[in-house]
Amino acid sequence: MAQTLYDKIWQDHLVTEQEDGSALLYIDQQLLHEVTSPQAFEGLRLADRSVWRIAGNLATPDHNVPTDPKERETGIAGITDLIARTQVSTLDDNCRAFNIEQYDIHDKRQGIVHVMGPEQGATLPGMTIVCGDSHTSTHGAFAALAQGIGTSEVEHVLASQCLLQRKTKNLAVRISGELGHGVYAKDLVLKIIGELGTAGATGHTIEFMGEAIRNLSMEGRMTVCNMAIEAGARAGLVAFDDVTAAYVKGRPLAPSGELWDQALAYWRTLHSDADAVFDTQHSIDVTNMAPQVSWGTSPEMVVAIDGVVPEPVGAKEEGIRNACTYMDLQPGQKMTSIELDRIFIGSCTNARIEDIRVAAQVAKGRKVASSITQAMVVPGSGLVKAQAEEEGLAQILVDAGFEWRAPGCSMCLAMNADKLQPGEHCASTSNRNFEGRQGHNGRTHLVSPATAAAAAIAGHFVDSREFV
Amino acid sequence: MTPFTTHTGLAVPLDRANVDTDQIIPKQFLKSIRRTGFGDNLFDAWRYHDEGDMGKTPNDREINSDFILNVPRYQGASVLLARENFGCGSSREHAVWALSEFGFRCVIAPSFADIFSNNCFKNGVLPIVLAEAEVVALFDRALAGEDVQVAVDLAAQTVSSGDAVYGFDITEQRKHSLLNGLDEIGATLAQAESIKTFEGSYKQRRPWTFLRDV
Ligand code: SF4
Repeated sequence: MAQTLYDKIWQDHLVTEQEDGSALLYIDQQLLHEVTSPQAFEGLRLADRSVWRIAGNLATPDHNVPTDPKERETGIAGITDLIARTQVSTLDDNCRAFNIEQYDIHDKRQGIVHVMGPEQGATLPGMTIVCGDSHTSTHGAFAALAQGIGTSEVEHVLASQCLLQRKTKNLAVRISGELGHGVYAKDLVLKIIGELGTAGATGHTIEFMGEAIRNLSMEGRMTVCNMAIEAGARAGLVAFDDVTAAYVKGRPLAPSGELWDQALAYWRTLHSDADAVFDTQHSIDVTNMAPQVSWGTSPEMVVAIDGVVPEPVGAKEEGIRNACTYMDLQPGQKMTSIELDRIFIGSCTNARIEDIRVAAQVAKGRKVASSITQAMVVPGSGLVKAQAEEEGLAQILVDAGFEWRAPGCSMCLAMNADKLQPGEHCASTSNRNFEGRQGHNGRTHLVSPATAAAAAIAGHFVDSREFV
Repeated sequence: MTPFTTHTGLAVPLDRANVDTDQIIPKQFLKSIRRTGFGDNLFDAWRYHDEGDMGKTPNDREINSDFILNVPRYQGASVLLARENFGCGSSREHAVWALSEFGFRCVIAPSFADIFSNNCFKNGVLPIVLAEAEVVALFDRALAGEDVQVAVDLAAQTVSSGDAVYGFDITEQRKHSLLNGLDEIGATLAQAESIKTFEGSYKQRRPWTFLRDV
């Protein structure tokens, strides 16, 4: 029978299945970080259980680590927030106690879990991957079934290397047309979420397919899969192809030699069969699509950069009105009229080398507007940071007036000192514009790195296509 | 896990769609390495006017008396009535820990986000999906000023309130786990032999995924 890509990976990892559809799914790789793991390790200890497969886990601290390069110099001891310090050192202690490999705060390979995994080749095609973080969907770009889980499930996977699950439905999002100059993967995924809505893919795994996806780099595909969860999907997927192979080849944890050939032969089968049936379909044409920007407090509240804040009408009237109040915007107001206070370029959505390159391209020879309180660039990992420095990108950004930070989640969720003050507007390359996400009463607009950098220069939103 | 069999309690209407887990428990409380201590910070940004942080107790805070959970008649409510897509966003299980510690035993909504719903089941909190019209009926009564008492019977899969009885779906496995307060990890480990057998053949098929094993 014809299968979707999701069906294939599911089938390949199925340990047992009950009549009611509950299944035990074997997990190849669990990624751990400091925020959602301490209670899981504690649970293991209380029940006197051991880790099922130690090498099936890999850890790095990211959510809570400081990004101020000075504060990072002395590692954990230098973390000024004592509660955060305890959390990061707890991850250290747990990894040591259970013998789990960790790229710790001093390690060059440390970074946001979803940047680190692919970079190291810990993320491989055809794998099942879990992490106590909803944006685990990022790894789906590699034709891997990757899902975010809660802490009890983290504990379950630590103890059994399995996850208790029911199969989702299949949703195909077909993207035709070509992205125009100065329009990026982030714009594409914002547009898709705007159309599907934040619950549009609930109960589904999305496979992103079509010309525009095939033309994306791995970085771009990760950006798209990263935000699949914002449409309510359990996971996002992109079929394996030569672009995937080229990215994976030579990564430290990827197979080589004969094993590579063997893996490659299997990976070539990681696509939906031509006549596979999807439960739900959505099509979108991106020809002539402009850069996108979110105006409200949900990732579905998206318009084109030349658009306006919508009128509160229709089924979502109340939501639109609430969001306008929170964001201090008027219906009909032009997006380009919104003045920004802070700029954040970072997060597992957009903190890879390609994103930094685009930001630097926009910033080159220009200056951050004096009305901007802070414009920060936070690379996704120590390796991205090093590469950007080597390519001279960091210097370009610093010369333009951006702050160049140490890797971590930073203002994406604002657990550490990187956050908005009440009432501030931020152009952010992250993935969530929820109320208070980037700081108490802060106002977030989701955009691509090009749009964020251009907004930093102009002081307000502007069509970034004029800058690249 | 705490078993869930039947529960009767007052329903408090939280009249907002797409309530996300950042709202349920804001990030500053995620620095804790414990499973408890989140109840006072449930819906923190809505419950208090001032910005919350770890270590601040409710006595030091400016209470937002307009927020529904702070309304005197809803003190002691143990059923949360919510709108669609409740619990979307971050996977933080802290959201369920906060709801549970505050005293909620079940949440009724027309739909839930996937990870949040999973997390509920792991903590003895029952997420009940009712039809849109049924949820609207409950909201209408509550918003009209009625004290809506709700009786949930998990074995019968029903929610009774006033004259109405609504049925809801749940998988056998989840129902069984909740009714018996089962330790799910223990149940999975009871199948250790199946896992080992699978792992053995899987390793033959996909040896490159075991490169880090020694
Ligand atoms: S960057 Fe943001 S979304 Fe990504 S893992 Fe960190 S907190 Fe989660």
